[in-house]
Amino acid sequence: MASKSRNLSLAQRGLNFEMLMWIFTRLSALAMYGFILFALIGALIMGARTQMNFADVMRWAFTPNVTHVQDTNVPDTAPWSSPFWKLAASGLLLVAIAHGVHGLVVIADDYLVTPRARQIVRIISIIFMLTMMVISLYVIWTS
Amino acid sequence: MGLKRNVSLATALRYKGRGPMLTYVLHRIGGLGMAIFITIHILASFVGGKGGVFVNSIYENWLFQIFIFFCVLFHAINGLRITIEDLWPRMIEHQRESIWVEWAVFLPLYGFAVYVILQTALGG
Repeated sequence: MASKSRNLSLAQRGLNFEMLMWIFTRLSALAMYGFILFALIGALIMGARTQMNFADVMRWAFTPNVTHVQDTNVPDTAPWSSPFWKLAASGLLLVAIAHGVHGLVVIADDYLVTPRARQIVRIISIIFMLTMMVISLYVIWTS
Repeated sequence: MGLKRNVSLATALRYKGRGPMLTYVLHRIGGLGMAIFITIHILASFVGGKGGVFVNSIYENWLFQIFIFFCVLFHAINGLRITIEDLWPRMIEHQRESIWVEWAVFLPLYGFAVYVILQTALGG
């Protein structure tokens, strides 16, 4: 007998960790669109009148880190290395790493089907995710 | 190990998934490509030195840029389509049409980017 979904509890409707990660993947995709468009607008404002080329604008948009414009024809990198942009880059990278590592787990789940193998994949992925987050924050805030 | 699919590779390649299957495969290639690239890129920036500079110089090669921009742009546009269809489930009925829209958005943008990359790389 089919019961209406609104009569079921959240757990019966399938609200578990995997479901939350499913929705997180979608929402983080939208968040990354926001971050990238934000950095793109920032690059266009700060890079105006400096003959900034397409590659530099793209590099900056996909991670607003000062090393992405250091070796280019931007005359003054001071506005590009402000704590504001470091925060923006940190936010983008944390969201992107969580999104990407979850994607890797999804791919691994297609090939590793035993519960034990999947558990090992999850433990490794959590360690990998935290390590990459710490390293990327270090790279951003010391560059 | 792995799944027992009971199909040969030749049969799998003849699977008529059409548009949705193609976007699924390209989405996976793009995601995997970006994950590997960004991991190595962050580690290379972290390690620095000669090795780091050498690894990062690979990314400035125009062939690599054409590849990674395909990964990024396709994953982004296809991901936006998936997000829209999943958050507004009525859109799934128009999945095949939305894939045509997706290609109509992707091809001009990617074509423009490839043109700029090639012009910078080969035009001098």
